[in-house]
Amino acid sequence: MLRYILNRLLLIVPTLIGITICAFAFVRLLPSDPILALAGEHGVSPERYAILQHKFGFDLPLWQQYLRYIWQLLHGDFGISISTQRPVMTEFLILFPATLELSICAIVLAIALGVPAGIFAAIKRGSWVDQTLMGTALVGYSMPIFWWGLLLIIFFSGILGWTPVSGRIAVQYFIKPVTGFMLIDSLVAGNRAAFFSALHYLILPTIVLGTIPLAVIARQTRSAMLEVLGEDYVRTARAKGLSPRRVLGLHAFRNALIPVVTTIGLQVGTLLAGAILTETIFSWPGIGKWMVDSISKRDYAVVQSGLLLIALIVMAVNLLVDVLYAAINPRIRAQ
Amino acid sequence: MYLKHIMKAALVGVSLAALAGAGASAKSLVYCSEASPANFDPGTTTGGNDFDASSRTIYSRLVEFVHGGTTVEPGLADKWEISDDGLTYTFHLHPGVKFQTTSFFTPTRDMNADDVVFSFERQFKQDNPYFTYLPNLTWDYYQGMDMPKYVKSVEKVDDLTVKFTLTEPNAPMLANLGMDFASIMSKEYADALLKAGTPEKLSTEPVGTGPFQFVDYQLDSVIRYSAHPDYYKGKQKIDDLIFAITPDATTRMQKVISGECDVMPYPNPADVAALKANPDVVVLEQAGLNIGYMSYNTTQPPFDKAEVRHALNMAINKQAIIDSLFAGGGATPAVNLIPPTMWSYNKSVQDDPYDPEAAKKVLAANNVTAIDLWASDRFRPYNPSFQRAAELIQQDWAAVGVTATIKTLEWTEYRKQGKAKDRPGAFQIGWTGDNGDPDNFFATLFSCSAIGVSNYSSWCNKDFEDLIQKAKVTSDIAERTKLYEEAQVVFKREAPAFTLDHSQVYAVTNKKVSGFMMDPLGIHRFDGVDKTE
Repeated sequence: MLRYILNRLLLIVPTLIGITICAFAFVRLLPSDPILALAGEHGVSPERYAILQHKFGFDLPLWQQYLRYIWQLLHGDFGISISTQRPVMTEFLILFPATLELSICAIVLAIALGVPAGIFAAIKRGSWVDQTLMGTALVGYSMPIFWWGLLLIIFFSGILGWTPVSGRIAVQYFIKPVTGFMLIDSLVAGNRAAFFSALHYLILPTIVLGTIPLAVIARQTRSAMLEVLGEDYVRTARAKGLSPRRVLGLHAFRNALIPVVTTIGLQVGTLLAGAILTETIFSWPGIGKWMVDSISKRDYAVVQSGLLLIALIVMAVNLLVDVLYAAINPRIRAQ
Repeated sequence: MYLKHIMKAALVGVSLAALAGAGASAKSLVYCSEASPANFDPGTTTGGNDFDASSRTIYSRLVEFVHGGTTVEPGLADKWEISDDGLTYTFHLHPGVKFQTTSFFTPTRDMNADDVVFSFERQFKQDNPYFTYLPNLTWDYYQGMDMPKYVKSVEKVDDLTVKFTLTEPNAPMLANLGMDFASIMSKEYADALLKAGTPEKLSTEPVGTGPFQFVDYQLDSVIRYSAHPDYYKGKQKIDDLIFAITPDATTRMQKVISGECDVMPYPNPADVAALKANPDVVVLEQAGLNIGYMSYNTTQPPFDKAEVRHALNMAINKQAIIDSLFAGGGATPAVNLIPPTMWSYNKSVQDDPYDPEAAKKVLAANNVTAIDLWASDRFRPYNPSFQRAAELIQQDWAAVGVTATIKTLEWTEYRKQGKAKDRPGAFQIGWTGDNGDPDNFFATLFSCSAIGVSNYSSWCNKDFEDLIQKAKVTSDIAERTKLYEEAQVVFKREAPAFTLDHSQVYAVTNKKVSGFMMDPLGIHRFDGVDKTE
């Protein structure tokens, strides 16, 4: 088991190097650069452009810039944003809790609805229930987030007026960030009304961000259940005369859970990618919106380090899933 | 089940929120701004959203622009004298102006000449400790307005008198001093920060003399201000001003409709008609301080001949392009380089008529058959689609026997290649003004020295140059007006460019808001705004 984890950890090193190269190259492949983006409509004279290039170190050969970046990283320095002049890490730490809060809510929603839906569809395989559930899941999976988000806003906020349009909490509540999680901070502040307001503001973005994972989890649960239900041990359990409930819950579901857990773990990538669009639509102050802004400003420092940090999170979660997978699956544990 | 629970909780939350709201008597206004400010030091930033959040709320300047216009009026300086040679500007400061008292700073003195000197010196004196107080400072606007070239010194004469000495006469200087980068900072506060070893806080915990004072900023989310109780022009009626940062235009529109925000800038042009029909909101509009145009490179044949340039202009159906780009209105055809809202606009100038027949003859006589036509992928206020405009111009030119090849590039690369002196072809571009001074259009876009920078026509005409340079060094407004009117005649005669349009700028407020005005300079101001509860 320990060797397994060590192996996994070793794999992270080349992956990380690859990511730094990709992130570094990606922003620089885009046309334009931070100086031109900052200068805006004015443009900038060639002389001044040269001075600024030198100031930011953009006049160095690319490999030197890259080595400089790696050198900084090795010293724990993620760089300084070119547009806001704040350390990238500081901004990340302020914004990440918002993304995390939204992602947790979305994945909880996806599991809470997706797993039962999948089980139900598997039990009623081939029936209209199965077909409706899986059809809906397919639609959910295919829906573009941007369109889906705006549609929900227009219907529930615009026409019905049930939910707020965007933001994290009603503006009259002034909650000082302690943990960065609005739900927790409002409770820490002892402000019940603020807590409910934060909950209210979470509804639509949670649905939008949770839709794709929900669809994936439902479909995965269904197929895993179907596979397990066909196994010999399930037939044996049934033959023993166990109640259908016990057969499903104890024998079938627990075994079906293994691929489902993996799927849930893999949704972290989907969630972070989805957060970029969801946060932009709902003015949610997280790292997704931050990335979009920084790309349009060609803020090299933020984009390259931000991507690296996001990749680190995805890798950490994947590692956790691998370990968890081994822990719950005896066949892997034995290796 | 889960959802139902949340809905229930949410409804409770709403009613509690309503109760909490009813208890408070403070008047608050929510502005849904379009982007997060980079920071709160207007000397260091360049975006309109940066300025809305800092210079127009927290700070004041020596001179100000009339709310809703481009003329300059007294600000922190009650009056000023300009020497006859145009080299010395002496400003007399308003006595008793208070800086804001915030949770992080309590001023001990009123605003004085030291503050003014500091506010400018920090932007050009390399030995000023604030010249490099943030890691990557470039002072873009101070540089962009050519201030280092013109400003020789800024000196304190006495506590309430400041003298600016210029290297050469430059009439637009006064308008420059009303711009955002010229906001007056507190030297006392800056010194205190320096002493505490935290100068960078000047950009995150701002102190100024403006109508609203900074309370808190939650990154990328909400900015809070409260009325400055000792504002030198009187305390504002709005007690709490809140910026809710909302980047998506559709979301912003829904927020203003649902009453979550009171004012929003920049609706999608396509939504304007629907907003106008909505009884709960008010749509404000104004001709923007901008111009969309197409530059011919006058150094390259066949564009070196004025008659060819005129003929190409005459072949284009301008109104049809505007109707197509701005469905449902939203722009007016441009005759001159400056918009009609700007002083010195020459009403008597006649535009090239739409006359394909006449154009065809001239173009055939000059053997013009093929042209490069440049387009970019970027939405600009004065041109929502360069690509669409290019296609329409291509059709119009095809009708007169000229084949246009459309060259499309990404926006920044586009401008980089476009400003090359020997760039071939016709280049679509535009401009949004900074300070409401005609010089900011004429000299920036078509002076000889702007070739290779922002003179996309590489056009250097002696008559035009003489007029605008003379206007630049004359302080008398009536005299300057005459010179610029004449310059517009020369411009139209020589036709270095095809002037397309001036676009409308929109803002939307809800019915409860009063006193909000659009500004041709593209800024959003909340002084003088009120709201009925």
